Amino acid sequence: MRFPLAFAAAQLCAGIAVAQEIPPSERRSGTNFMSAETQAIQADDGSNPGMLWVLQGGSLWDEPAGASRRSCASCHGEAATSMRGVAARYPAFDAASGASIDLAGKIDQCRMTRQHATSLPRESEELLGLTAYVGHQSRGMPIAPPDDARLDAARAEGKRLFQTRMGQLDLSCSSCHDANWRGRLGGSAVTQAHPTGYPIYRLEWQTIGSLQRRMRGCMVGVRAEPFAYGSAEFVALELYLAERAAGLAIETPAVRP
Amino acid sequence: MSRTLVSVPKTARAGEVIDIRAMIAHPMETGYRMGPNGQAIPRKIIRHFACDYDGEEVFSAEFHPAMSANPFVAFSTVATKTGTLTFRWTDDDGKVETASAEIAVS
Repeated sequence: MRFPLAFAAAQLCAGIAVAQEIPPSERRSGTNFMSAETQAIQADDGSNPGMLWVLQGGSLWDEPAGASRRSCASCHGEAATSMRGVAARYPAFDAASGASIDLAGKIDQCRMTRQHATSLPRESEELLGLTAYVGHQSRGMPIAPPDDARLDAARAEGKRLFQTRMGQLDLSCSSCHDANWRGRLGGSAVTQAHPTGYPIYRLEWQTIGSLQRRMRGCMVGVRAEPFAYGSAEFVALELYLAERAAGLAIETPAVRP
Repeated sequence: MSRTLVSVPKTARAGEVIDIRAMIAHPMETGYRMGPNGQAIPRKIIRHFACDYDGEEVFSAEFHPAMSANPFVAFSTVATKTGTLTFRWTDDDGKVETASAEIAVS
């Protein structure tokens, strides 16, 4: 009698600590939670303000930069072919640094090591533009995290962070986005937190922003100290989020309320 | 660097009502906000928007501080002849951003 009871108690504790993950059949992009009007803004390239950054990224792609006087296009050619599907498999493992790297980090690394140009700060118009332009080339493709054993440790760390309660409100990402994604918080849909359309044009920001900016907003919301831009913690979280959203279509640049 | 997005039908029949949309990347800073240092962020908005159809003004609008960043304008006009639509955004400093699009009318 003692063993089953202890087992049941352990199950209950586990149930409280870690919310059930969303089954693949119920995964839905944040687009499905938006009003019809906001969906219409995103669907039409003529009214999606994120396209302004895609345009900017497109001209930066062809612009020579740094001491090498080479542009992205000098090596990669037409982004429509060379960058198709790239955003779908990021974050990826970076052999040079021996760590995982996200798309914005990879673009900046390429800038510094190959173009010999200055680093672009995170959330700068230029880096957001380039990331949006590269991400846009994969629009409509399913998120396909690489099957790379070197990423396993970081991915597991990301999952752990996702399920770790933090801040004065003592909430984990999972407390809302796994356990209560059907609910509403202060009138807004909670959603499942799938990174399908980053960088996103957020109406609240009135500008485009990265997934890390979005996560920092949530961390400030639960009154935790946000991780730094480009930190290993954020890349680990991005890795886990990509695995969690595997198969959902990329929408970059998405519009969110 | 041009940061404008205009949408005009490529072709239209004469006399047809056509929908036109124009968007520009602009902060539309109201002048009422404080920066992190407690100092007012200077106002920087677009004051005037106008659209010319083959040299003739068909639409114009005054913008005010309450408008969102990256303002989006949609309006309609009548397709009369093949030509160029020119869009002009004038900001507080008098700086003008322009964009244009061609339309073929049959």
